[in-house]
Amino acid sequence: MENNLLSLIIFAPLAGAAINWFIGRRVRDERFIGFIACGSVAVSAIVAFYLAFNSNGALRTEQPVLDHIWTWLQVGTFRADFALGMDRLSGTYALFVTFVGFLIHVFAVGYMHGEEGFYRFFAFLNLFMFSMLTLVLGDNFVLMFVGWEGVGLCSYLLIGYYFDRKEAADAAKKAFITNRIGDWGFVMGIMLTFMLTGSVSFFANPASGATHSAFEFFATQAADPFTWKAIFAGGATSIAVLLFIGAAGKSAQIPLYVWLPDAMAGPTPVSALIHAATMVTAGIYMIVRCSAIFVHAPTAMFIVAIIGAATALFAATIGLAQNDIKKVLAYSTISQLGYMFLACGVGAFVAAIFHVITHAFFKALLFLGSGSVINGMHHEQDMRRMGNLKKYMPITFATMLTGWLAISGIPIFAGFFSKDEILWKTWSAPGFSIPVGFNKILWGIGAITAFLTAVYMTRMMVMTFWGSERFREQHHDQHDGHHAHGSVEPHESPWIMTVPLIVLAVLSTIGGFIGVPYALSSFASSKDQNVIEHTLDPVIASVPGSHAATTFEAKLSAPLEQGETNAAAVVHETHSAEEINSERLLALISVLIALAGIGVGFVIFMTRPLLQLPRILENKYYVDEIYDAALIHPIEAASREGLWKIFDVGVLDGILHSIGEAVTEAGRLGRYLQAGLVRGYAAIILFGALLLIGAFAFFSFQALAR
Amino acid sequence: MSMEPHLSWYLALSALLFTIGVVGVIIKRNVIAMFMCIELMLNAVNLTFVAFASFFQDVTGQLFVFIVMTVAAAEAAVGLGIIIAIFRNRESLDVDDASILKL
Repeated sequence: MENNLLSLIIFAPLAGAAINWFIGRRVRDERFIGFIACGSVAVSAIVAFYLAFNSNGALRTEQPVLDHIWTWLQVGTFRADFALGMDRLSGTYALFVTFVGFLIHVFAVGYMHGEEGFYRFFAFLNLFMFSMLTLVLGDNFVLMFVGWEGVGLCSYLLIGYYFDRKEAADAAKKAFITNRIGDWGFVMGIMLTFMLTGSVSFFANPASGATHSAFEFFATQAADPFTWKAIFAGGATSIAVLLFIGAAGKSAQIPLYVWLPDAMAGPTPVSALIHAATMVTAGIYMIVRCSAIFVHAPTAMFIVAIIGAATALFAATIGLAQNDIKKVLAYSTISQLGYMFLACGVGAFVAAIFHVITHAFFKALLFLGSGSVINGMHHEQDMRRMGNLKKYMPITFATMLTGWLAISGIPIFAGFFSKDEILWKTWSAPGFSIPVGFNKILWGIGAITAFLTAVYMTRMMVMTFWGSERFREQHHDQHDGHHAHGSVEPHESPWIMTVPLIVLAVLSTIGGFIGVPYALSSFASSKDQNVIEHTLDPVIASVPGSHAATTFEAKLSAPLEQGETNAAAVVHETHSAEEINSERLLALISVLIALAGIGVGFVIFMTRPLLQLPRILENKYYVDEIYDAALIHPIEAASREGLWKIFDVGVLDGILHSIGEAVTEAGRLGRYLQAGLVRGYAAIILFGALLLIGAFAFFSFQALAR
Repeated sequence: MSMEPHLSWYLALSALLFTIGVVGVIIKRNVIAMFMCIELMLNAVNLTFVAFASFFQDVTGQLFVFIVMTVAAAEAAVGLGIIIAIFRNRESLDVDDASILKL
């Protein structure tokens, strides 16, 4: 179904960015700039909701809404259009990206009040929305990559917003360069996909000339074998591994996560929008979008699960010992992203997307809350200098309370359902991509991470909102002073910042009800009310051995026009009593783990909020230092000693200087001829003439003699 | 039979004059003397032209002589101008004094 409104979703923020950049910089009126920025995102959000939920909207039928804007690249059989497609997956993404993005824009108007680069900030933020929505709605790999690079650029620009601060400029460069490594994988994956399938499109759209999608090819193939060799075989597994390298860069997974904590040098709304709610989940989106490839690549899925679980645990332990409120949230984000990858790896793509959505709600809430705290504390980010803020910032406290309960996994709050879903799917993972028994180990890692999450979030809440008031104490340390510490009187933030917090708090509380598993909803009614699963199942491939295994493959192999009739073929899932019981038991264990984590957090940190935690955690396992020593210094040394001193100075300069010296030397010798003595020149002319005449005479005689 | 000189005599005389000119250019230091030696060489060549023209009964050689004389006249005008300029600057007509390729 074609609908040209779709392009309005991406072009409204682009127009907002252009207006703010060209007109806003002259007007310099915060109300005008804020109105343009929020208004353009609001337009996107309204159009997205309309296209998703109208009578034949993307989320209500199985037909994607397509919008072919123009034919972009066509070389031989290669074809990439500037075309958008909104199916149930990209529609879901577009909804929360525009909605959460709108709230964060509103918050940012308050947070950035009085900043010199106000217009610049909102122009970049709108440009980010344009790129992110292009990434999500692009109907082929190449356009998706355009959005992918666009969000990377905007991330760079916004991390480096305070470009006169060295740490911000360095962090921006670090983010950009680290992402290049991932992008290499993504580009290689796209190329390999095209080589294998002859298409880079996500949707077949015969009306615009894209006759088949890249995924149809895989529906006819058998899955790759579960061996390490498959990675290098050039098939689905190779593609999936390359794509995962791209996803690991963008979504901050081991070993490419190091840029995300540093990215906190940007303004807090940027951290909330880009580095928590939307951009960093692009990797998840890409993997789920390519689920048809991943379900043919068990080895790749296994790698995804391992990396995800390892990242989740690793980042959670680091988050335990950070003292900067934003750093805690940054490591928490990395950890939660690890959960999502774990879900992708065990084939629970829907659970991953579900967690992306709830995480967008509660992590945006927590980041904006921390922004409100930072604002109220006059740009203090060190939790050691906070304490008892609940007395001064009641609304921020109350809203962050819901975010804290949500991320800790307390029932009815959004995070509980999504996290529990991931843990359950990990526990019950089919043996397709996970060796038998290994799923229990992964579940154990996930459970430990859940416990740690509850502990460090409790620590953050305790250090910030409870306990003794430490912000009046004088601190004599080497903190580079942009602002004088001392008598800081915290204050509640204005309504323009608290209203988005309240909305997000409501969503963090009730947002999980879109994905209540049958095992839990069956307490109340016998109807399966897992809305998100029923919405997304038809567009996501599933691994062999799981419930919805057959429907997607059947749909892919069938022509698009018959998609409607195939929808009827979706069989209602069966739930065995045994499964339901074990799912309920695991949910109970999750709740106990969360409560234990919160309890431990309270017991330890209420009495000793400044407790010194292991140095190795506070220093992030020295990973930055190890990267410096193992990679950056060798590269720098090789560049300096090899490329510069040997190649540039030796080879290149050597060649050029040799030529120059040869010319100089020839000139120096030739100078002896030019003594300036006229009679000398005459003698030389004579000598030359004699030579010529002699030669002529000699050869003439030879010719005559013959 | 008239005692018309043989062609080789003309050529021998011409070669003698030319050689005197060449040697003069090389060994003389006085610019005027060198200049005259150059004229001598030109005229040696002219003699050759005329001799061949007479020998082959072809007027082209004689025409060339006119051209050479015209060029020699132009050359004399320019050359003497230069010589006067050098003399004014250096108070000398010795070519070895004018050896630094600039005034």
